Amino acid sequence: MPLLEVSALSIHFGGVKAVQDVSFNIDAGVVYAVIGPNGAGKTTLFNLITGVYRPTHGDIRLDGETIAGRSPEALARRGVARTFQNLQVCMNMSALENVMVGAHLRLDRNLLKAALRFPALTRRDAELREEAAELMRFVGLIDYLSARADAMPYGALKRLEIARALAMRPRLLFLDEPAAGLNPSETLEVDALVRRIADSGVTVVLVEHDMKMVMNLSDRILVLDYGRKLAEGSAAEVRRNPDVIAAYLGAHA
Amino acid sequence: MLAQFLQFLFSGITVGATYALAALGFTLIYNASNVINFAQGEFIMLGGMLAVFFAQSGLPLPAAMLLAILVPAGVGVLIEKLAIEPVKGAETVSLIIITIGASLVIRGLAAVGFGKGTFSLPAFSGETPIDVLGATLMPQSLWVLGVTAAAVGALWYFFNYSLAGKAMLATACNRMAAQLVGIDTNGVLFLSFALSAGMGALGGILIAPLTLTAYDVGVMLGLKGFVAAVLGGLGNGLGAVVGGLLVGLIEALGAGYISSAYKDAIPFVLILLILFFMPRGLFGARLTERV
Amino acid sequence: MRTSPYIGLHIVIAILALLPFVLPNSFYLDLAIRMAINAVIVLGLNLLIGFAGQISLGHAGFLGIGAYASAVLPTHFNLHPLLAMGVGAALAGLLAALVARPIFRLKGNYLAMATLGLGIILNIALRNEAAWTGGPDGMPVPALGLAGFELSGDRQWYWVVAALLAVSVWASLNLIDSPFGRALRALHGSEVAARVVGVDVARYKLAIFVMSAVFASLMGSVTAHYIGFVTPGVADFFHSIELVTMVVIGGMASVYGSLIGAVLLTALPQALATFEGWETVVFGAILMLSMIFLPRGLVPTLAARFGRGA
Repeated sequence: MPLLEVSALSIHFGGVKAVQDVSFNIDAGVVYAVIGPNGAGKTTLFNLITGVYRPTHGDIRLDGETIAGRSPEALARRGVARTFQNLQVCMNMSALENVMVGAHLRLDRNLLKAALRFPALTRRDAELREEAAELMRFVGLIDYLSARADAMPYGALKRLEIARALAMRPRLLFLDEPAAGLNPSETLEVDALVRRIADSGVTVVLVEHDMKMVMNLSDRILVLDYGRKLAEGSAAEVRRNPDVIAAYLGAHA
Repeated sequence: MLAQFLQFLFSGITVGATYALAALGFTLIYNASNVINFAQGEFIMLGGMLAVFFAQSGLPLPAAMLLAILVPAGVGVLIEKLAIEPVKGAETVSLIIITIGASLVIRGLAAVGFGKGTFSLPAFSGETPIDVLGATLMPQSLWVLGVTAAAVGALWYFFNYSLAGKAMLATACNRMAAQLVGIDTNGVLFLSFALSAGMGALGGILIAPLTLTAYDVGVMLGLKGFVAAVLGGLGNGLGAVVGGLLVGLIEALGAGYISSAYKDAIPFVLILLILFFMPRGLFGARLTERV
Repeated sequence: MRTSPYIGLHIVIAILALLPFVLPNSFYLDLAIRMAINAVIVLGLNLLIGFAGQISLGHAGFLGIGAYASAVLPTHFNLHPLLAMGVGAALAGLLAALVARPIFRLKGNYLAMATLGLGIILNIALRNEAAWTGGPDGMPVPALGLAGFELSGDRQWYWVVAALLAVSVWASLNLIDSPFGRALRALHGSEVAARVVGVDVARYKLAIFVMSAVFASLMGSVTAHYIGFVTPGVADFFHSIELVTMVVIGGMASVYGSLIGAVLLTALPQALATFEGWETVVFGAILMLSMIFLPRGLVPTLAARFGRGA
């Protein structure tokens, strides 16, 4: 059984059909990429699957269980993590704390115990601090261990979001344009990072414009155009697909 | 029975017109800047008090009224230039506190300048009540409704047919896009404060002959205007007018039939009910968040 | 570096311990007590406003619930003052939960509007129900005591209030640097980011709002017992604004900012008394100027200037 099954998924905003009748499956352990021209509905698809939007029609199943319309926090409990195309970093916190927030569901969140500084809580927090620092090292943010989030450059914040998502120990990780706005050497680092994440057993779903990175990393690729599924297959299959070539060259009939 | 109901209806709609003008003021500024201007009530107070002051100092009533609109409009512009423009992009709380600070300054100056007594403005055309099916209607009520309708009409015309009005609508819709097509969004902000202060002052002048006025009437009038704006769906002009009339009406009926001691509480019970059951108000837009 | 916030706590405790010995007379001791009471309220309010990013414009209403519970329940129902205090706090918490539950399901800052309405309704009710509350003139509050011991005199009150303040500062510092506190700050920083890591945003907002309401109610009771008299002014809209101003002037999301804000704004009316008739104008001008020139509040702005965390 596939890890994620998406069937006939649609969402309409007023008259705009942002995603229309899209179906695909994602197997556990793969790197799956979603590509398509600007406005094709890639981020909307992510927002649907991660619970930020509620679909108008269609179904989403995780491990066979319907998750369409579930809240993001309910999906977080099922091991779904994501990053954002437009950064959603908490600028009122330090970099390390941003990563620590990712572990939210694994901690004792009791208000009273926190206010009275229960020793078990402080011990767990100290461990978490180590763990978060380890994750920052993993994504290549060793230089920012004691930085405030609002003092970090764009490329570092992109990776900070990845570290926060990893702190959730997700099964399924959605990365929304992790290399957007990065220079070529940073893009290579992110490429390698995604590889390492996938190797650690996390299923990665990727929206990305950098075709070299997509072709290099992905086991399977979904092509969206005007909210519809244009093609799906391996990198080689997609590259040969005449519809895909037409869409990317703008040669619409 | 009918006479009593009509009586409540008249007084409700009359005071409702003032709330409507205040609510329009909130709406104008909110659309231009996302600021909820807690000094709005003070413009209402200034309108009434200045009209009394200018009339007492010998000016003919129309001239006194005109000045009592222009001076608050100037004060509104001053607040915008000195206190709102310099802190653009500040947190909501900071902006709220700035406008509250401004309202305290205005109220304090009014108390020092005019004293803490109550004042009355002569009615525009006599005090002889008109009998309508057993209920009495003051001629001033007709003035309030007529002038309010004219002001709303003028505003509607301004937004639909003038370039400045359209620029304001565009800015309300999308500030960044408006800036990109060359609209002077600072000018829009300036204009919205002037207009909204002028509207508030007009409401204050119109209602002053009916309710008396004092340096501290602005607090309640302003807050009720705010309730009206929320009821209409914050940011919606038509909603503000309808909301204002409704708040006035519900308040008058509630005070008449339920409890006059709790008259002032009625709009605030209303705001809680609105927030619980129809948070977008009567005409508020549905928004989708982009992430 | 990580222990630094608690250094401030030691300084606060030291100041609180020494203060009664350096204050020249009971006028200043009284002022210090009122500052400390306000500081505890503002700490709770800052958790809501500064850390969670939610605005309450009716917090004085909760203060009023506590104050009047401590006045009305012992007077009319012969309830023990401590029990009355508890009933008031429970009532405030319940009311806060009732109002905020539907509000927090919405996006945007509707809490400001709802609390504004709630505060004004409470204030009007206190003025109108004269048979119970004494109306606009207010009513006396019985002394606070337990098992034959009665709290009296400014000295005793000072030590009680000082201890409350020290514990509140400690608890606030603990809370901020805990899983609960981080979730709170995260939802302020980015609500959608908080949600996708699993923070039940509505529940956290509700929890902190109820907590700050309970705090306000308890301190309302304390104020009422300390002054021995209560009037509807305690639940005034203007008082709510004063409390928010203390938060913002001291510094949002700053524990020590809350203390500074409370101290400054409690002292301000005394200082302004010299402006005879111009107090309101000067107070308003100070609010505007400080927001224009120190939009982040005193403590964070100064901390940034001198390169230290707050």
